[in-house]
Amino acid sequence: MPLFERLFNFACWLTHDRQAAEDLVQETYVKALKGFPSFQPNTNFRAWIYKILRNTFLTSRTGLKATATVPLDLEGEAEILLTVEETPESILLERSDGQLVQQALEQLPVAYREVLLLCEVEEMSYQEISATLAIPMGTVMSRLSRARKALRSGLRPQFQKG
Amino acid sequence: MVCESWKAKLDTYLDGELPEQEMRSFDDHVRACPACSSDALSRVQMKRAIQAAGKRFVPSADFRRRLEQSLTPQPQRSFRLGWMLAAAAGVILVVGTLASTYVASRSGKDQASRDHVFSEIADLHVATLASSSPVDVISTDRHTVKPWFQGKIPFAFNLPELQNSEFSLLGGRMTYLDQTPGAHLIYDVRKHHISVFVFEERALSLKLPARLDEPSSKPLPFNMETWSQGGLRYFVIGDASASDIARLAKLFQAEP
Repeated sequence: MPLFERLFNFACWLTHDRQAAEDLVQETYVKALKGFPSFQPNTNFRAWIYKILRNTFLTSRTGLKATATVPLDLEGEAEILLTVEETPESILLERSDGQLVQQALEQLPVAYREVLLLCEVEEMSYQEISATLAIPMGTVMSRLSRARKALRSGLRPQFQKG
Repeated sequence: MVCESWKAKLDTYLDGELPEQEMRSFDDHVRACPACSSDALSRVQMKRAIQAAGKRFVPSADFRRRLEQSLTPQPQRSFRLGWMLAAAAGVILVVGTLASTYVASRSGKDQASRDHVFSEIADLHVATLASSSPVDVISTDRHTVKPWFQGKIPFAFNLPELQNSEFSLLGGRMTYLDQTPGAHLIYDVRKHHISVFVFEERALSLKLPARLDEPSSKPLPFNMETWSQGGLRYFVIGDASASDIARLAKLFQAEP
């Protein structure tokens, strides 16, 4: 099963629930197998299967709930985030055990969380992300930028506490 | 100030997404500019931290095995579904036949004990709804409610998907019948509350018919369905219409 562990990890981040993630991954493989004849050989397989997983999530009960409270497309909103001062978190990041970053990631709206995970964890190119999320390259860049800012502003109070 | 234009592209540079020539100019600039190199270092650390934190969830070996089994090439889905339906229909037929034979052979004493169980179920339903906190796990998500029962009751059961139905799950709680622990789920349909009780069949000392094919001699003020499936005894009860109760029962019966 190609990308099994990575898809499961991504599904858990989307659903926040292992059982729901298992259902999501299973449904993704079933759909991928069913739709494989329609997959175009010279296109990106990874982007294709992630796209199936994401679309399945968005139409699931959990996905509908997650996107009902926070719009999936946050580009329309101007600067909803505070401008963040650069650097001091770098030293704190070194010392943190990763749990703070996990918590901050969990707090992000799903649109920011997924784009960050695809870029940093899945190490997808902007083009692959664009294909997976079905958004233009320019939107990938602006959304990534906003997601990074949002994560930093989410981490700052955590660091101050620590 | 000069660095503002560089900084605007710093993330794109670190993601390796700038055109080749621009990447080279950036390399040179970052080496020469302390402000940009410090900023770049901070962003690289953030990227690494996200990468490490993001690789968090590992699938269980059991899930891998189950998934591999389910994806093993099998006959056409429609054929499989048809076969499953036929098998289910066969089981229902056999169970129904056995039940009617069984019910026909029951004595008046058994009828009295059955009535007693049904009264108990109605009491549990009413007493719970009268409580200020009828459910201990409050969720409309079956994937939250089902795991809540782990370790609380000595068996597992499946909850049906309700997305395209008029029912909604309100939550669940533990319950007891005949000194046996069980699950009590509460559903909502058009403002009516319906209780679904699940017990381990063998743990109940009272013997009940596989399905309730004949009305109780003492009519209940509620509509109720009960059946046995996979070693579990289900009761669906509420003041909703008999057809609502039957529809909810069918959703449970369709679960493997």
